[in-house]
Amino acid sequence: MDAIGELLGYEDPDKMREFFRKKSKKLENKIMKLSDAVSEFVAESDYMAIGGFGLVRIPTAFLHEVIKQQRKVATCAFFTSNYDTDLVLINGIMKSVDMSYGIALEALGSPKVLRKYFENGGIKVTEWSNGALAWRYKAAAMGLSFLPIRSMLGTDTEKYSAAEEIICPFSGKKYLAVPALYPDIAVIHVHEADMYGNAHIKGVLVADVDIAKASKKVIITAERIVDTEYFRNNPQNTTIPFYLVDAVVEVPYGGYPAEMPYEYLFDIDYFKRFLQAAESEETFDKFIKENIYECKDFNEFISLNGGVERIKELRNLELGLKGSEL
Amino acid sequence: MKEKYYNEMELMICAAARIFEDGVSVSVGTGVPCAAVMLSQKLYAPNILILFEAGGIAPLLPSMPISVGDKNTMYKALQTTSVSDAMEMNQRGLVDYCFLGGAQIDMYGNLNSTVIGSHDNPKVRFPGSGGANDFASSAWRTIIVSPHSSRRFTNNIDFITTPGYLNGPNSREKAGLPQGTGPYKIITNLAVMNFDNDEKRMALESVHPGVSVDDVVKNTGFELLIDEHIEQTEPPSEDELRILRNEVDPYRVVIGKKAQ
Repeated sequence: MDAIGELLGYEDPDKMREFFRKKSKKLENKIMKLSDAVSEFVAESDYMAIGGFGLVRIPTAFLHEVIKQQRKVATCAFFTSNYDTDLVLINGIMKSVDMSYGIALEALGSPKVLRKYFENGGIKVTEWSNGALAWRYKAAAMGLSFLPIRSMLGTDTEKYSAAEEIICPFSGKKYLAVPALYPDIAVIHVHEADMYGNAHIKGVLVADVDIAKASKKVIITAERIVDTEYFRNNPQNTTIPFYLVDAVVEVPYGGYPAEMPYEYLFDIDYFKRFLQAAESEETFDKFIKENIYECKDFNEFISLNGGVERIKELRNLELGLKGSEL
Repeated sequence: MKEKYYNEMELMICAAARIFEDGVSVSVGTGVPCAAVMLSQKLYAPNILILFEAGGIAPLLPSMPISVGDKNTMYKALQTTSVSDAMEMNQRGLVDYCFLGGAQIDMYGNLNSTVIGSHDNPKVRFPGSGGANDFASSAWRTIIVSPHSSRRFTNNIDFITTPGYLNGPNSREKAGLPQGTGPYKIITNLAVMNFDNDEKRMALESVHPGVSVDDVVKNTGFELLIDEHIEQTEPPSEDELRILRNEVDPYRVVIGKKAQ
């Protein structure tokens, strides 16, 4: 089967070796303001990768700021994505994207106005499975140009991908070679980081370690900044090491309304309001205006949606302190 | 006829929960599959190993998750890992069952969760494969749950997102998919189906109480293989319903929804 999807985010591994060779490995203070991180690092030609899993540990504060500054990116990976890639769509339709899962908030439903972008043929989709995109990041993280996998074979998902069938030289079996994915920029939200970019993630890692290794620029947003001694004394907690990271931004509750594992649950009421608003262009524009454009910063967005009181409720729900019914 | 003491969703979940032998490993998502696996863990298969693709492994699910990565999928989990790690467990042959849904399904158990209409100019765009393609490619047995209608059960499937038996016997192997894998059972609001060993086509296994073979045929857009004698699906037991309603889904997140 010959795949006909567009190949996005691929780079020659020797070119990437040259790039990574030049990347600074110094222990430097990388702490930045959120607005500066967006204006300095997000470029219109970028392939963007987003950490987390849809409703869990996504860099919401960063993505809201991208919208506020009306920054566009060329493309991104819709990988296990929900609210995160929905936000990327708001600034302007991308010509083509990689997608394994998108434009739905899992069990909660699908934002209609954003789905329409795909239903009028406005965005060209290269199809993948979640495993395939995770392995594309992994191939890049390994410094390779592809990885052989056993998914997608024989299906239309393969046909509309940009993968190639190969024969294993040892077993003679047919495998699917998925091309390495080297994003231009990655944004990953973590529990804690130090000023150099050492970052600790609790709970599921999704593909974030490989994304950080594969990407040219890596922005870490963190619930809190900790002293480097924390990592010196607990090096097993360095989920993402400093030498991969370009900028560190402290944003308490920066994942809200998504869940931050072991800290606060996702705000199901917010997502219901978001989905309801996405029923028509008019109500959706109003919702985005109120929740993003007209908020002077991320704190104001949180205040608008219940503030610290709501965060406390979500913390209780997450920790099962009272009524953990979600 | 006696009034039913359970709804279609409850019956589907109970029928699915009985499939798992104790000690098997299962890749699941949210919704019906998750409810069935939880019920099975509490009643039939206490040692079932549950895997979520976001990386939650062996959790003690306290209640229904909303997201495949949310806190319930890592509640008292014995490991929190990555998507590639979870998918590699499937690829290595470590995963006995996976559990999926889909918008369309054909007689070989191929599933569509990508588009209705043409790929590049779709009438309806669905979320896409997610982890479904990986699971159905590599888990040993695929279980599918779906509402039953001739619109969904059709050979005019718009897009094969996730492989069943593709074009029939040997086509999975020819495509390069791991040997000995494929769809195993399909559970709908009308019936339980399985796959004929030789033809790899969908066959009727049992009809639910109050449903006739004819009802199933009418709601299936292709020819089902049907034996002369078709059993009735065992209705939910008191134990199953008690645990399902009180422990698995007390807020009726799944069992409160319509099956159709």
